[in-house]
Amino acid sequence: MKKLLIALFFTFVSTSAYAGGHSPCGVTDGSIKILANEFTTYRIFMDEVKSCAGPDADFSVTHSVDHNKLQVAALSANPAEFSAKLVTNGSITTLMNDNLIRPLDDLVAKYGSALQDNQKIVIDGKIYAIAFMANAQHLWYRESILNDLGIAVPSTYEEVIAAAEKIKASGKMANPYAGAFKSGWNLGQEFVNMYLGHGGDFFKAGTAEVSVNNAKGVAALNMLKRLTEVSNPDFLTQDTNAVKEEWESGNVALMHIWNSGAASLLDDEGDQAIKADTRLAPSPSVGGGSKPATTLWWDGFGIATNTSDANAEASFRALLGAATSTEMANANPNATIWLIDGYSPGDTAGPVVDAANRGATPYPSLPYMSLLHGALSTELVEFLQGNESAEKALADVEAAYVAKATEQGFL
Amino acid sequence: MPHRTFFWFFFPSGLAMLLFIGLPIISSFFQSLHIEPEQILMEVEKCDPFGCKTETKVDIEATTKLQEEQPLGRFNGLGTYGDRNHLAFEEIKEAWINSSSIAEFTDILLNLPFYKALLFTLTFCFAVTPPVVVLGFIVALSVNTITKSLKGPTIFGVILPMIVTPLIGSLVLFWMIDAKGILGSFIQFLFDDPNLSLKSSSQLTWITLIIYGIWHNTPFAFVVFYAALQTVPQDPIEAAIIDGASRYERVRHIVIPHLYPVATFIILICLMDNFRVLEPIIGFAAEGVAQSLSWMIYNDLRSENKMLFGSAGATSMLTIIGVAILLTPVLIRTWREFRTER
Repeated sequence: MKKLLIALFFTFVSTSAYAGGHSPCGVTDGSIKILANEFTTYRIFMDEVKSCAGPDADFSVTHSVDHNKLQVAALSANPAEFSAKLVTNGSITTLMNDNLIRPLDDLVAKYGSALQDNQKIVIDGKIYAIAFMANAQHLWYRESILNDLGIAVPSTYEEVIAAAEKIKASGKMANPYAGAFKSGWNLGQEFVNMYLGHGGDFFKAGTAEVSVNNAKGVAALNMLKRLTEVSNPDFLTQDTNAVKEEWESGNVALMHIWNSGAASLLDDEGDQAIKADTRLAPSPSVGGGSKPATTLWWDGFGIATNTSDANAEASFRALLGAATSTEMANANPNATIWLIDGYSPGDTAGPVVDAANRGATPYPSLPYMSLLHGALSTELVEFLQGNESAEKALADVEAAYVAKATEQGFL
Repeated sequence: MPHRTFFWFFFPSGLAMLLFIGLPIISSFFQSLHIEPEQILMEVEKCDPFGCKTETKVDIEATTKLQEEQPLGRFNGLGTYGDRNHLAFEEIKEAWINSSSIAEFTDILLNLPFYKALLFTLTFCFAVTPPVVVLGFIVALSVNTITKSLKGPTIFGVILPMIVTPLIGSLVLFWMIDAKGILGSFIQFLFDDPNLSLKSSSQLTWITLIIYGIWHNTPFAFVVFYAALQTVPQDPIEAAIIDGASRYERVRHIVIPHLYPVATFIILICLMDNFRVLEPIIGFAAEGVAQSLSWMIYNDLRSENKMLFGSAGATSMLTIIGVAILLTPVLIRTWREFRTER
């Protein structure tokens, strides 16, 4: 009993000693509440932010795959539900449209000396976000399966389909290909990739007028259809995380998912034989084009407009600490491609660098792009199920977009 | 009850209904008449890790100014109700003129989001409600006859589907019907088809949702029927037993007529509930193939961009009108019964 009391006493002393410690990033008080997407790399980043924030700040982070749907409502309130949001080139425009994230120039001037110039997201002369990683979707394959059947690593989607059909015919796997085709944002993103790979433009230059119902759109849809035919029949319910599970169960030999997936696919959990057999390859091109059918993304953070200056400063300093942590980047070189100074890329960085070099387009940061993405999310399902022609599906996409954009005041 | 007493008895709940149901409906209606103010766009230079380029952006200052002038947005009248994502008058007119057959017209009609959602919602309503009433009645009759000591646990077991939160219930079933889940692989074994997947075909997804709906709603019907069974008068039943009536005849001629008004009540509530079906669609990740009116509202408020208040408001109003139309026959019937009883 006495020993127990002593032990309890020491626990108490040591915790209070810990509580009296200092934040490595100089955060002394304030409330740091962050909204972020859910995947392993973000978890690594957030652990660093948390340790950087130290014990004195009120720290919490909400990871949600629905972050994009929550962000506007959560940041519109005053005071906002979150003091900071992890943003990408896809989600920042929505926040910019409503003036929900603040310019960071003064904070960067005060604390941001360790930032690299390409980390600063400058819009109209003001810094609105700090990027810390780059990401893109690209091809992944199982080396032993391709080698066994004498298949070369596919460099076009036509070759991907040929390879998948060969694997299927060999009887090794029933559904050798996987992509995140879940109806909703993921499905929209697959079309965006494929359409850009065909060299398409989403809007008539300089306007919010949509134009996807054309030969390139039809070709992109037909390619998606052929890919789903060599995928699991449940493809409409599989998001990126579900695809990763399929991969780790050994059901898939080819897939097109995010580079940041390496953080969980190449870790020490799961079947090590599959991990050892997993290879990354550049994103394929399609339809004779030279550009890879993928989009480039940066991930960063923005600070809410509707939060107090003290909370904004505390949040900025904690997040900045992680966004300039060479140590974190080099301890997890394969988790993603960090944009942090002093980071030496791991062996998984290749496909993203390759995509950038081959002229892949960054995901369009247009104010009305998310409306089109939303329309794509719901209107393509019937085509992929074989109930509708490609032209009809694209006409539906355009009509749904026009109705939404009119209501939002863009048309 | 004197009118005065009734008034004061009803007043608190009436006030709460007005405040928390009446006013939000009126506010949704006003919102549905408006659309967002015009967005003023400008060209700016944008720099990110992939380089600098000129891109379009919303002119925040000018747009905010417009928003302050018209906080509700631009008045659009019933425009949102008639647009493609709702009643789609233009599209229907065009389809009527251009289509060569009724089948083609129906195809075009059911491809429009509102009518597609309406079709699923109505199918769900009318496929779920009758089995729920019948099953609930049968279960209540059976539970009513078992020995007292077993009644408690049995009742608990029977109402379990209602206790489980719809989202959790549907998620659990969703994982069980996965091709590798226990139910999914059993069905594959049963039909001897290794590629059979409940999630991949829209018909099978609809059937799954309907079965889930019946599973989830039956306990409600059971509880109400079970309570009503306790009020069945014993005298006529005993008389019938003496007259030699079989168990079926007693149920058919004494119990069922007695429970008729209760059945109407259950149908009313079930239709109303099922018309607003949402959670199973989310739980089963069935958005792609099965959309309900409530799902449309949900989607408008949670799409990638700003919330589409006008559109969601319009769908809400149409849902309320839909519920009203659906309930009219039942309400008229109840009213008539009420009149004759007096």
